[in-house]
Amino acid sequence: MPRIRVEVDGATYEDDVEPRLLLVHYLRERLGKVGTPVGCDTSNCGACTVLMDGMSVKSCSVLAVQADGSDVTTVEGLGIDGTTHPMQRAFHEEHALQCGYCTPGMIMASLDLLRENADPSETEVREGLEGNLCRCTGYQNIVKAVRRAAKEMREPAGQEVTP
Amino acid sequence: MTVQEGGVQEGRAGAEIGSPRKRSEDARLIAGRTQWTDNMTPQGTLHVAFLRSPHAHARIVRVDASQAMGRPGVVAAFSGADFADEQGSLPCAWPVTDDMKHPDHPPMAVSEVRFVGEPVACVVARDKSAAFDALDEIDIDYEPLPAVLNMDAALAEGSDLVHDDLGTNKSYTWVFENGDLDAALRDAPVVIEREYVQQRLIPTAMEPRSVLCVPDGDDFTLYSATQIPHILRLMLATVTEIPEHRIRVVAPDVGGGFGSKLQVCGEEVLALLLARRLGRPVKWTESRSEGNMTVHHGRDQIQRLTLAAERDGRIRGFKADILADMGAYLMLVTPGIPILGAFMYNGIYKMDAYSFTCTGVFTTKTPTDAYRGAGRPEATYAIERMMDELAAELGVDPIEIRRRNWIAHEEFPYETIAGLTYDSGNYEAATDKALELFEYDKLRAEQADRRDRRDPVQLGIGVSTFTEMCGIAPSRVLGSLSYGAGGWEHASVRILASGKVEVVTGSSPHGQGHETAWAQIAADRLGVPFEDVRVLHGDTAISPKGMDTYGSRSLAIGGVALFSACDKVVEKARRVAAHLLEAAEQDLEFTAGRFSVRGVQEEGKTLQEVALATFAAHDLPDGVEPSLDSDATFDPENFSFPHGTHLCAAEVDTETGMVHLRKYVAVDDVGKVINPLIVEGQVHGGLAQGIAQALYEEAVYDADGNLTTTTMADYLIPSAADLPTFTTDRTETPATSNPMGVKGVGEAGTIASTPAVVNAIVDALRPYGVNDVPMPCTPERVWRALRSETKPDTAEPGAGGGLGSASASGSDSDSAGGAQ
Repeated sequence: MPRIRVEVDGATYEDDVEPRLLLVHYLRERLGKVGTPVGCDTSNCGACTVLMDGMSVKSCSVLAVQADGSDVTTVEGLGIDGTTHPMQRAFHEEHALQCGYCTPGMIMASLDLLRENADPSETEVREGLEGNLCRCTGYQNIVKAVRRAAKEMREPAGQEVTP
Repeated sequence: MTVQEGGVQEGRAGAEIGSPRKRSEDARLIAGRTQWTDNMTPQGTLHVAFLRSPHAHARIVRVDASQAMGRPGVVAAFSGADFADEQGSLPCAWPVTDDMKHPDHPPMAVSEVRFVGEPVACVVARDKSAAFDALDEIDIDYEPLPAVLNMDAALAEGSDLVHDDLGTNKSYTWVFENGDLDAALRDAPVVIEREYVQQRLIPTAMEPRSVLCVPDGDDFTLYSATQIPHILRLMLATVTEIPEHRIRVVAPDVGGGFGSKLQVCGEEVLALLLARRLGRPVKWTESRSEGNMTVHHGRDQIQRLTLAAERDGRIRGFKADILADMGAYLMLVTPGIPILGAFMYNGIYKMDAYSFTCTGVFTTKTPTDAYRGAGRPEATYAIERMMDELAAELGVDPIEIRRRNWIAHEEFPYETIAGLTYDSGNYEAATDKALELFEYDKLRAEQADRRDRRDPVQLGIGVSTFTEMCGIAPSRVLGSLSYGAGGWEHASVRILASGKVEVVTGSSPHGQGHETAWAQIAADRLGVPFEDVRVLHGDTAISPKGMDTYGSRSLAIGGVALFSACDKVVEKARRVAAHLLEAAEQDLEFTAGRFSVRGVQEEGKTLQEVALATFAAHDLPDGVEPSLDSDATFDPENFSFPHGTHLCAAEVDTETGMVHLRKYVAVDDVGKVINPLIVEGQVHGGLAQGIAQALYEEAVYDADGNLTTTTMADYLIPSAADLPTFTTDRTETPATSNPMGVKGVGEAGTIASTPAVVNAIVDALRPYGVNDVPMPCTPERVWRALRSETKPDTAEPGAGGGLGSASASGSDSDSAGGAQ
């Protein structure tokens, strides 16, 4: 079995893994990082989205061996030390979740969206999150949350912003 | 808690109810600190994988699971026959007629399979992959039998049978009649007949089903992604004959349900039996493809409708003949779902006569059951589409035709032709507000302009003025409909020694936000800070009594139970407070969490002080027991009737058939509101699902009875890019059937929106001679409807969805959308 070395949410792990093991199953079943859920088996729903070296991936579409040497951030790795990430806060403030099952993936995908576009329009958010499905919210508040977080991340609180 | 000088609490009565408080449950959900059932794997857990039927219908000749046993990690492998003596039959709690045909439904098939995906055998192994891999080693011989897919054909003489022993594919025929419909049809100058198909839908909660059963001697704890821990516990006991008090059911964090988790699943029963047999924790979590095949489906009805009206547009009578696809078996409330629609085909309108006939039909497809709205979306679609047809027939504006027929606000309470009493409503107010927000006249002007210009992109305006019956349900009504249980809900309030409050509710949330809304109710009624209230639910050991969450019932029933329980706490506390204050009970007033002697504000005791005194119990009045804890069980006297007006503007490209929703306005009246943020969220989500039925979703079966939409690539739940921004608003007409004035909201958006969207599409295309587009209104179907020489017929339900799925029978039914 190949051996991989992965950094996940700030901790380093070394494990022997079956070549067929998916990253999401490695996270959930080997590392106990169950904050990243599985919503489908065809990489459509995006619930399992994590950041791999800063880029969003659907962790059901990545083999654990492909993550060897990578730095993985899951939703559990945001807001460590009792803080919450602006994106997490925005989802709460805008009531952008109901059952919350899609939320980890939605948050991680949104972070990658803002990496590419710090100030997305409503349409850009909708199109940017096309790969993440939510069955509860009708997306309207998710769009608002992402734009709210974008604003906050561009203009961090407490920092003077010149007009 | 804000405390003023002198220890008097700041007035906060009424501060919580009606406030858009951000949800308490979010903290764990946004951080990934969740307890989905699949997240739990106690030491020693065994994992189950099911082998499922690849045939729509076949006799099981032989099952040999012995080879699977040799695989590494495999602990056990079983066929249905191995559990035949103990697995019982999955329950149906709603025998809608005395002569309803009700076939046996073994959790794991023993001798015959009747839909693709039915479990036939299982492997139990150390991990999920080992269990799954070993399925390949199970050898099964099937003798294929004919699939039964089409409801009309299934009812014809000599049809192949789904259940040979029943001698028919008809489960039941249920009839409701009121008024002289024959006279209405005979005398009315306008008679419109239409046939609509409510296509089969897959509820698709984001969290797949999952169940974990942990044995402890003769006791079992079953964790399940369920909406109904209480009902499930009773049903598991009934099916397996394990005594009810030996079973604890826990619904931990549950990731959506929409009716799909209002079920007693075979996999839940088998997890319990496997845990008992093997003496170890047993877990099963479905894959999405497995779930699409086997979680019960929704809708799937053929509606044959007749509306009779006067020339001035007043409705004389309405007739609905329904065929409802049960699928292969009757599950928990399968036969009752279309019956829930029986009382809604009259919508918000007055009429002289009404007739409803529903025939439940067996097919070799996945069983149907509750899906958001459950019977009412189908009914609302029918009447609201027919109102638009009537408007078109008479050349009257669709809003005006509704005004001429709806119940005026001063006519409430109003006994409808379907036998319900609508307690309150104000259709005029909701409609006026919607028209204004929508800029109705402006859009009609644009529509006229586009028609004049023969713009290839036409604009259509769809109207849906709906009501629905929810808050399920008055127990005596359920009894009269032969339902197997009551419709009450339970709540208890525990006042802890420190004055903190625990609310225990029998409602079992799966995304709705009860932890927040219930705390708001208790905080206001008890006058304690929101933060001092914790809401407990979803565990039969903690919340032993409940009827769970479905049918938009939580607030209108469970919330009212909590309201009453809080009032009982206050009454108990009043006796203690009077004693402590040396005053008469009737001289005390209770405001903002504090008892004081009327006219002497300085003299008072807070609820927390009374709680501590009660806990200490050193000085209580004679005969008063040392507890403020209180219970209430609320059984409503009536349903709740939310209503509203939804308006949809759709741009339809006549060259490509593409539909673009340009504007969507929803004005809902859900009575008094506890948390407007949560209400708005419920409406948004409801709209998304109703719009999805109109435009995107359909469970498609091929000619052999294989479901071809097993994945999210084939079954198209909408993404953010597929939906418009909604304009939502509310009017507020309090319900008179409960002390809080509240109504349900969970299903309203889904019920209202489907006809609004299809009415908009048809409205855009009427100048082209189109009077219907079958759902889902995909570009192909719109395009075909436009090019049809003849009047578009309707499609077969569950066949030929035009979603791009491989669909062998699709060619037949697609012609329904137009000329082939």
